[in-house]
Amino acid sequence: MIRYILQRLAGMIVVMFLVVTIVFVIVRVTPGDPAAVMLGPDATPQDVADLRTKLGLDQPILLQYVFYFGQLLRGDLGQSIFLNMSVGSALLERAEPTFFLTLFSLAIASVIALPVGIYAAYRRGSFVDQAATTIAMLAASIPSFWLGLILMQFFAVRFNLFPVSGYGGPGSTLLDRLYHLALPAIALGLVSSALIMRFTRASMLDVLGDDYVRTARAKGLTERHVVLRHALKNALIPILTVLGLTAAVLISGAVVTETVFGLPGVGNLVVSAVLRRDYPVIQGALLVIAGIYVLINFAIDMLYLLVDPRVRY
Amino acid sequence: MTDDTASLLPQRHRLKFVGQLFRRRTVAVGVLVLAVFLVIAVLAPWLTPYSPSKLSIVNRLKPPGATFWFGTDEFGRDVFSRTIYAGRLSLLVGFAVVALSSVIGITLGLLAGFFRRLDTPIARLIDAMMAFPDILLAIALVAALGPSLMTVIVALAIVYAPRLARTVRASTLVIRELPYVEAAQALGISTFHIMTRHVLRNLVSPILVQGTFLFSSAMLAEAGLSFLGLGVSPEIPTWGTMIASGRQYIGQADWMTYFPGFAIILAVLSLQMVGDGLRDMLDPRLQRNL
Repeated sequence: MIRYILQRLAGMIVVMFLVVTIVFVIVRVTPGDPAAVMLGPDATPQDVADLRTKLGLDQPILLQYVFYFGQLLRGDLGQSIFLNMSVGSALLERAEPTFFLTLFSLAIASVIALPVGIYAAYRRGSFVDQAATTIAMLAASIPSFWLGLILMQFFAVRFNLFPVSGYGGPGSTLLDRLYHLALPAIALGLVSSALIMRFTRASMLDVLGDDYVRTARAKGLTERHVVLRHALKNALIPILTVLGLTAAVLISGAVVTETVFGLPGVGNLVVSAVLRRDYPVIQGALLVIAGIYVLINFAIDMLYLLVDPRVRY
Repeated sequence: MTDDTASLLPQRHRLKFVGQLFRRRTVAVGVLVLAVFLVIAVLAPWLTPYSPSKLSIVNRLKPPGATFWFGTDEFGRDVFSRTIYAGRLSLLVGFAVVALSSVIGITLGLLAGFFRRLDTPIARLIDAMMAFPDILLAIALVAALGPSLMTVIVALAIVYAPRLARTVRASTLVIRELPYVEAAQALGISTFHIMTRHVLRNLVSPILVQGTFLFSSAMLAEAGLSFLGLGVSPEIPTWGTMIASGRQYIGQADWMTYFPGFAIILAVLSLQMVGDGLRDMLDPRLQRNL
């Protein structure tokens, strides 16, 4: 078991090393001088030269890479060009709405998808199963930002049930903030519920035909007990994986949805950073989000240890 | 068996496969909708009643009706004509992304699956690339390369190539061990020939399935990028740029947002229907469950 954990840990470190390298390379593939691109056409040559020195762009590329790595190891993601603060602080300041939006959306998606997926598998071929599968396919085809706009138009503008945009005032309560997140979370949750539902259904179908489920039924256990205790427990691994992957997809979806609803989250920060060519912020956000994804995957691998005894041996 | 009958067999198999594929209602409907999209895209100049860029301030924000089927936008441009022209571009982006990511993904996947030495570094690179959420990586690449139609295609191809590479690698690892590959090696056939003729030919099915899904993902991602103003120029009609401009008028002219949105959903849905059908046909194990 320790060997398995160490193997996964080593894999994670290698992937993170490559992630850092990719993020470093992305800015260096910018055509022309990144400093000149960041400052725009009105910048003086002196301004460009100063920024080049500040970002270390006047150093040889290998040295820049080593410097960047060292800086990251010290926990320093660099300085934003336009926000007058460190990238780490900017990301932390904007992390809350994105975190809650992702969590809220994942909760909505799971609440819809898990029971529907389990029931669709249990009643395979029934009307409910067919309807659920069709709706899931349709949901996966809807751009979340478009659904967000439509929900906003109906439930916020027309019926005035939810706030149109924003994240509540400075002194707002947690409940008020969650209320502001409801529409974007529903938009994201509905779209991502499709994938979770399909995986839950497939995973349940895989186990429902197994011998131990037949044995459980032969023992006279109730159907509820058979499905929820015996089958679901064994179908959990693929479901856990897809939940983890969905969390990463949701962070990605949040980038666009936050812009629709004017939420002051990481997505909005990235979009404005791109428009202002604030590369350190883009790099920092990419690194942190990719890091979270890698960590989620590692956590899922570790959860396998708990859920599936076969992995332990 | 004569040489003639032997050469006819694969063709007969292919026809049988296509026949079975179209017997699935979802696939038939999906292909039909896609064909309609394709025909409309090709014949756009003859099918559209107005030029997509023709301004008419007197007709601005007109609701859908007999003159303007899908209404008009803030500059009096015909939303129907723009939706059709936007489809052209969205399909083009989807196709170009699939083509480019296939070239990159298949090459990487084949190399990793076939040569043991290259497997670990390429597999790790694929893992690292897949750690980035697709739209976020595309945003960063577009930011670095500068927004344009070509950069959007290149960025999305780079984003989606690892998915294809992973599929190709996994299948190549299995095929590499099969007796006919060993036989081909024993016969002294060149590695390149084995990779392209014997391995790649057997990878057509998973590549086709993955390619269909990538097509739909690329269309959604392009719409997202254009919506954010990070894709093609806002003047060029794509479904994403149309929704972005419709957003500002959603209270007074919601048709500007509805119609391009419906077009995206229909196109992506039909691609998913075809992809699902293909996958079910080509993988009986999945057919049982998904």
